[in-house]
Amino acid sequence: MTTLTRREALSLGAAAFMTGILAGRTPVEAAEAGTLTIAFNVNLPSFDPTTGPSAVNPTIQAIYRSVFDQFIGQGPDLKFQPGLLTAWGWNDDKTKVWMDVREGVTWHDGSKFTPDDVVWSLERAAKQDTGNPIQFIWSTANNYKVEGNRITGDVVRFEPTFFKWMAFLTGYVLPKDYYTKVGTQGFEKKPIGTGPYMVDAYEGNSYLRLKANPNYFGGKPAFDTVIFKFVPDTTSRVAEIESGSSDVTLEIPYEDFDRLKKKSGLSGVATPISDIGMIFISNVDPMLDKNVRLAANMAIDKDAIIKRLLRGYGNALSTLEAPEYEAYDASVKTPYDPEQAKKLLAASGYSPEKPVKFTIKTTRGFKPKDYEMIQAIVGMWRKVGIEAEIEVYEIAKHYELRAAHQLGPAAFYNWGNAIGDPTTSTGFAMFGPSPHSAWKTKDVDDMLGPLWGEKDEAKRIAGWKAAIKYIAEQGYVIPLLQYAQPIVYKSSLKITPNVSGALQPTLVSKA
Amino acid sequence: MIAVSILNRLIMAAITLFGVAVIVFVLLRVVPGDPIAMMISPGASPADIAALRAHYGLDASLSTQFWLWLKAVLTGDFGTSISLKRDVLSLLGERLPATLELAFAALVLAVLLGGAVAIVGTLARRTVFEPVIDSFNGLFLAVPDFVWALALVLVLGVLFPLFPLSGRIDPSIDAQFATPFYLLESLLTLRFAIFADICAHMVMPVLALGLPLAAIIARVLKAALSEAMVQDYILLAKLKGMSELRLVLQEALRNAVGPTIALTGVQFTFLIGGTVIVERIFAYPGIGNMAIDAVINRDLPLIQGLVLVFGAIFILVNLAVDLLVAAFNPRLAHG
Repeated sequence: MTTLTRREALSLGAAAFMTGILAGRTPVEAAEAGTLTIAFNVNLPSFDPTTGPSAVNPTIQAIYRSVFDQFIGQGPDLKFQPGLLTAWGWNDDKTKVWMDVREGVTWHDGSKFTPDDVVWSLERAAKQDTGNPIQFIWSTANNYKVEGNRITGDVVRFEPTFFKWMAFLTGYVLPKDYYTKVGTQGFEKKPIGTGPYMVDAYEGNSYLRLKANPNYFGGKPAFDTVIFKFVPDTTSRVAEIESGSSDVTLEIPYEDFDRLKKKSGLSGVATPISDIGMIFISNVDPMLDKNVRLAANMAIDKDAIIKRLLRGYGNALSTLEAPEYEAYDASVKTPYDPEQAKKLLAASGYSPEKPVKFTIKTTRGFKPKDYEMIQAIVGMWRKVGIEAEIEVYEIAKHYELRAAHQLGPAAFYNWGNAIGDPTTSTGFAMFGPSPHSAWKTKDVDDMLGPLWGEKDEAKRIAGWKAAIKYIAEQGYVIPLLQYAQPIVYKSSLKITPNVSGALQPTLVSKA
Repeated sequence: MIAVSILNRLIMAAITLFGVAVIVFVLLRVVPGDPIAMMISPGASPADIAALRAHYGLDASLSTQFWLWLKAVLTGDFGTSISLKRDVLSLLGERLPATLELAFAALVLAVLLGGAVAIVGTLARRTVFEPVIDSFNGLFLAVPDFVWALALVLVLGVLFPLFPLSGRIDPSIDAQFATPFYLLESLLTLRFAIFADICAHMVMPVLALGLPLAAIIARVLKAALSEAMVQDYILLAKLKGMSELRLVLQEALRNAVGPTIALTGVQFTFLIGGTVIVERIFAYPGIGNMAIDAVINRDLPLIQGLVLVFGAIFILVNLAVDLLVAAFNPRLAHG
């Protein structure tokens, strides 16, 4: 046995320390090391994908989808695909739901996944006291029964988007026996799912390390290890990718995106995602005047804003539906027509000399160039006879005001809808009883109300399209653009962009 | 007598902390941003919203809310974080050590660097080097910590990538810790490689926090040293043939250090405040980084807990400074 003197031991320690310090950083080489390091833009507050504010954060779904599986899967093009359910549907009169559960799946602790897990997850999500923010969807079915691998349940109230939500926010299957045994706190300490990756190490606000699930029903993923570094600061994320400390990053300024993707060894992709930018209008003066609303819509040169402020990344929109959404209707267009805007305003007695005046609220830094966009819009409005005063506020204030219907005449916001159903975009934004709507009038509510429970799918979508057209004709909201998500990555990798905006490790592979 | 003095100060500290608690509690309920509004689901009815408000105790009057909260805090129950769904006290227990290690490392750097610059500056009095040192010191003084952080990211993170950019420890390291004091624990358990990795992760945030404080210490200490160097006892020692270096270190420093300690104490509390931005930039998992998320999410229980911790640190540091100054100058002990 070798013995060390105290001096030798201290020398060895000092040597190890200096080596550690001077070693600096070894730039990660994903393709060789089998480790994928993602400089992620948000922190992970909780591992439970079904409750709390993080459950409805679209970005965090990238992590949840790595550890857990959803009832129903969704491809990067938003198309639904089998998940833990292999088939699903309603009976003919839509009074029952049925689901076929995948067989041969195991939880990360090796225990068997069963239909009971699905039932327990659905029932738990439907309970008010669990705090599931989408409880209003899950509570529309109950009384589940298991027969073999088929589950049937009763429809309490027909909800056309019931199965769509199974691939969206809070639509995750959690382990019944394990969760019951360890409880909420135990689950937060050691979460398990059936997903492609298993939680290996976690340091709150710092990093999450995942290991590949060798028993994943979809096959072993491309990387043995995935590290999510939580780097909310934009400058630091740019530095992470530029210095080689991370393999992939996202949501960086478009200027940096354009610069970095040209660098040797780096590539970039900026694909339109399901997030849209918009200006809420409330039914208060002077927005009660249709001429003012339409003029405010027509005076905005959205293409110019996208080109000049967002460096060409994004698509101009005339409705709250993006092209990937089911009720998107390309024929509904509100043209950029400042002359027509002037005429409309003139009809109401306004002109550049005698402008209509109101305030517009906006966040600053919440979305790329949000404040700058509103500044540009105010400039465009001024030319036609609209004088808007900008009020900057925090996003928390926006939520508070919107819930109290006190947003004021106009307010910038963004909206995400990864299931592409009109209920989740036009519906929640425009239907009066929704706590998230700004415009609240009977004409819109009368059109939208019957559509929520419409059983004939073709009729339902046609109804939404008609309502969307009407809303555009009335100018009840000002749609602006569909955002593009910038992703920069090492050229040794291949990325499949996800329209939902969730940068899932399973969509990254070695080039 | 000293015990009575300390007791008096502790009572005053408790009263101050209570004042902080009242102000924060009221302010948080007056400033914009309703946590419930952020939690409302698209399908929520007014009844659902009312139930949510009742669940978090936000439907009661302000005084009732405060009384309930205060009673709970006095029994060690700081409530449950709305966004993290965890006990606030345990969250603080996990994250505070990271911030304390960072802040103390920055303080050590600032004292050593600031002290060295002050001594060198004093020795260089009336030479061509004095204005150079003063100018550099002025520059370091003028640049705030978050600008240092961004500059360090660019220089030491990107241009000369010597140190890790984010986090507290390399995510690929499998290190088990029995305590949340990673730096201290890895040192005491002689895990030098891990200790080195943690140090490497601290280099940039420590520099960002420590450099402005070092400049302040340097300026104050140099002024105090310069003042001491013209005192009679120094001139007498000089006549006896004592070298300039020994004069500064052995004679002048003793008298100059008192006001510097007082100032350093005050500045240290600012440094703790500075961790909020610096931790965010370097994705360092301390209470500063957590505070930003808490504010964004309007996580009232967590913000209240964090502010109480910041307040307690402020009060305790000031108490410690008073005692230290008194130890250096007993005449002030009863003052």
